[in-house]
Amino acid sequence: MLSDDDRIFKNLYGFDDWGLDGARRRGLWDNTAAILAKGAAAIIDEMKKSGLRGRGGAGFPTGLKWSFMPKEVGDRPHYLVVNADESEPGTCKDRDIMRHDPHMLIEGCLVAGFSMQAHAAYIYIRGEFYDEAVKLNAAVRQAYDAGLIGKNACGSGWDFDVYVHRGAGAYICGEETALLESLEGKKGMPRLKPPFPAGAGLYGCPSTVNNVESIAVAPTILRRGAAWFAGIGRPNNTGTKLFCISGHVNKPCNVEEAMGIPLRELIDRHAGGVRGGWDNLLAVIPGGASVPLLPKSICDDVLMDFDSLRNVQSGLGTAAVIVMDKSTDVVKAIARLSYFYKHESCGQCTPCREGTGWMWRVMERMVTGNARLEEIDVLHDVTKQVEGHTICALGDAAAWPIQGLIRHFRPEMERRINEFQSRRIAAE
Amino acid sequence: MPKMKIDGIDIEVPAGISVLQACELAGVEIPRFCYHERLSIAGNCRMCLVEQEKAPKPIASCAMPVMDGMVIKTNTPMVKKARNGVMEFLLVNHPLDCPICDQGGECDLQDQAMAYGYDRSRFHENKRAVPDKDLGPLVKTSMNRCIQCTRCVRFATEVAGIEELGATGRGEQMEITTYVQKTLSSELSGNIVDLCPVGALTSKPYAFNARPWELRKTESVDVMDALGSNIRIDTRGAEVMRVLPRVNEDINEEWIADKTRHAIDGLKRQRLDQPYVRRDGKLKPASWGEAFEAIAARLKGLDGARIAAVAGDQCDAESMVALKDLMAALGSSSVECRQDGAALDASVRGAYLFNAGIAGIDKADAILLVGTNPRWEAPVLNARIRRRYLAGKTRIALIGDVPMDLTYPAERLGHGPATLRELAEGRLGFADVLKGAKNPLIIVGQGALQRPDGAAVLAQARALAEAADAVRADWNGFCVLHTAAARVAGLDLGLVTPGGIEAIYAGCEKGDIEVVYLLAADEIETRRLGKAFVIYQGHHGDAGAHRADVILPGAAYTEKPGIYVNTEGRVQLAKRAGFPPGDAREDWAVLRALSAALGQALPYDTLDQVRQRLVKANPSFAAVDHQAPGAWGAFGTPGELKDAPFVSPIANYFMTCPISRASQTMAACTANRQSTAVAAE
Repeated sequence: MLSDDDRIFKNLYGFDDWGLDGARRRGLWDNTAAILAKGAAAIIDEMKKSGLRGRGGAGFPTGLKWSFMPKEVGDRPHYLVVNADESEPGTCKDRDIMRHDPHMLIEGCLVAGFSMQAHAAYIYIRGEFYDEAVKLNAAVRQAYDAGLIGKNACGSGWDFDVYVHRGAGAYICGEETALLESLEGKKGMPRLKPPFPAGAGLYGCPSTVNNVESIAVAPTILRRGAAWFAGIGRPNNTGTKLFCISGHVNKPCNVEEAMGIPLRELIDRHAGGVRGGWDNLLAVIPGGASVPLLPKSICDDVLMDFDSLRNVQSGLGTAAVIVMDKSTDVVKAIARLSYFYKHESCGQCTPCREGTGWMWRVMERMVTGNARLEEIDVLHDVTKQVEGHTICALGDAAAWPIQGLIRHFRPEMERRINEFQSRRIAAE
Repeated sequence: MPKMKIDGIDIEVPAGISVLQACELAGVEIPRFCYHERLSIAGNCRMCLVEQEKAPKPIASCAMPVMDGMVIKTNTPMVKKARNGVMEFLLVNHPLDCPICDQGGECDLQDQAMAYGYDRSRFHENKRAVPDKDLGPLVKTSMNRCIQCTRCVRFATEVAGIEELGATGRGEQMEITTYVQKTLSSELSGNIVDLCPVGALTSKPYAFNARPWELRKTESVDVMDALGSNIRIDTRGAEVMRVLPRVNEDINEEWIADKTRHAIDGLKRQRLDQPYVRRDGKLKPASWGEAFEAIAARLKGLDGARIAAVAGDQCDAESMVALKDLMAALGSSSVECRQDGAALDASVRGAYLFNAGIAGIDKADAILLVGTNPRWEAPVLNARIRRRYLAGKTRIALIGDVPMDLTYPAERLGHGPATLRELAEGRLGFADVLKGAKNPLIIVGQGALQRPDGAAVLAQARALAEAADAVRADWNGFCVLHTAAARVAGLDLGLVTPGGIEAIYAGCEKGDIEVVYLLAADEIETRRLGKAFVIYQGHHGDAGAHRADVILPGAAYTEKPGIYVNTEGRVQLAKRAGFPPGDAREDWAVLRALSAALGQALPYDTLDQVRQRLVKANPSFAAVDHQAPGAWGAFGTPGELKDAPFVSPIANYFMTCPISRASQTMAACTANRQSTAVAAE
């Protein structure tokens, strides 16, 4: 278990003051100028050494991402864009960062922005996060007033502005290029890549889009050193991570833990265990709605990090652990997720636009068993036709939960179909 | 140049192109729906997915730039599976109503489903239903068929310059629509029908009229404006069913204007299909012999100086040279082609050509519009100016009153000739822009010349061109934009009289001119022809025919082989797509027959002989499909400039000639525009 000394998020639960005084008490904004004085290259190098992988879901190494920005600023300015459009079902970590400790994010913006020679950061916050946006704006104001950002931020000689932009509540705007489109005032539809944002991002300028948590942990990593961060967790899956545990547990919670903690330990220790005991567990979605679920047999000993979960054909995603006990209609649960993806598909590219609706409709029939057995294979084939053929990852995210269901709960689906058929025969 | 391997073929391709284009160079076909060479890349249909070695997922070849050492495979199971899958997705919500779809037989979806689709459906759910949209009188929608490729949206936004089409909703609910049920306000809207790869957007006037395999296709040239857009006329029997663009990179690329495409139903109405002779104040049907006799009787003993002739705006060069020769044989030299009274100077070819060429717009870095509204006078040319503007390579200014958005911002320098003079004298800021430009372009419209001081304006425009250094050995930026398809050929043949059409009117009113021969000339003020005996030869019962004493039925542009010279001086051949109705005949042949009846037989019996005569009259007619700046010299007559503002001669884009005035479709477009304008107020 992570020791309290190693916690990065010291006010995750909002017991302390969220404002600047509280933040300073917790060690934030402590000589930030000294961090900047190390220079951009050193900061990126330190981030690379820390092994921090992006906390938004894909797990791309953060330091490496920063290093993709052009080394010299050309005729176009550089931008840092923070993805605070947290909409993944089951995920609520960025929200707590922004409402309980917004200065972590703002200080992170300065450090990250400086390292990629950006003079401005845009925080794109989900539209529904009204209170969070109010607090974040207040915190930005506090930081300006204290000279921490703005002209000559923290006395470092670097000018840095932070803008908070509220989205309008579309899930797809959490995709980095759709977010950029939305930020530019256009319809939130993902862009074709290449070009990648580091080459042509916001307003066609070099940009980097990072998750709130990735940015918020950066100052602490730089203060305490890459070696400290890399020493927590497992190789290639280092550091601490916020886990959001929800569903059929006794005490749903957000908790910061070391990467690689066993799933069972995470649930038992922090969430009060599965409702009705561990043996009442049916399945767990370990990383937010987009990743395939895991049946109890795998949950017994799987570790919560990127590589371990990938090895069991799932993923860490946003580390939103959704626990389902045996009272759950698992087919209906996944059908509900399919409806979500059908509803949130932007409609731009064919496989996702047409496939999500098709998958959802078949899933609805699977719930009652009103289908033929071979339709399970057709459904699986359709998910494969969507996966990997779309502009952004929403298509993959829509396909994976169904693939997970078929992989682990095919007998349950077949049982329903057979029962439905026999009922129909009996009725005739 | 990057070297790549496509399906085992080693190929070196130009840098910066897409993988799809590289595949085409290698002769490998890539299916596509959303990709179009002349539009921005959307990459949304996913039909063009190919396999790139070492890439984990298939890539969208239309959006992926080529890189050195790329290895592309298009014939692997992965690619086949991807195409199958995308095709299946496109069809799940497509109604598959091919038997009642106008796109049938020329549908990309149909063709590609044959090549890349499954042979049966696995989709057992209900299909999506999408309400149809009202896009106006030209474009019919059947939105159930839409595959959301957004070609129409991109065309409207990028080429046509109207931000009226867009997508609302998301996911399955995404619909292509106009904002709050507006109809399209573009003069290029018909092109979205060609662009639509499925039957979602089809031609409303052509709805359920014909199948593509029933149609005979004839290559021709458009006469609705002076661009000479290359068209294909599709006919069934004698009937013109539709007009489609042909690709000509130098003129219309692959677009045509709505009037070009949709005025053709006017060819079936108000037609003159037999000769008429006025007896007792009324036009009575007559035979050719009676009509010729009536003319011979009136001309008998008449001095040639008392005869005048006017050639119309859509005449072919052959009939104009025959008219000129006939008049000469009768002793008359007063043959006029400038029926709108424009002060065009026929003495120097450079004085009346769009010297830089239409494609020259792509090189221009400063454009001045003088007394012209290109959006209505030449919509396709206007789209080229817009593209140049979008490229950010040119500044555009305007002199004159243009009551609409040109689809690009144009700085209004002033209203009339005074501004032109100030500019020529370097007293306006834009003078420096023109002077500093490498390739300045001065587009002079007919609105600047159709006025009493037209000759002075022309001289002033020439002075400006020379002051701005727009006329050099390597560049001639003095450009006259005509509105009449026949005008340049008429000027090339010297169909001009001193004093122009005004002198003919004056002669008629005074009684000096007793006979006027109108060759399809309908844009004249017929009430100013006095008591003259009017012979009208043409294809429509329009203004000229109403005033006529004898009517000789001629052929419309689709019904005769003809030579047309466009505004840039390019000689183009149009082929015959059908025959004129009833007793009507090709115009040069009518003139030839009349000449024999008058005892002045013209020395040619075949079309080839007429064309040889044309070349003798002006060698420029021999250079078919060739464009070059005209010779430069002194032209125009410096004189007093009036204060009146320049106004474009086109008051209603949809009705500018006998054919479009007879067209119900154009009438519907006019009514639609007017009701939209009223609603806007």
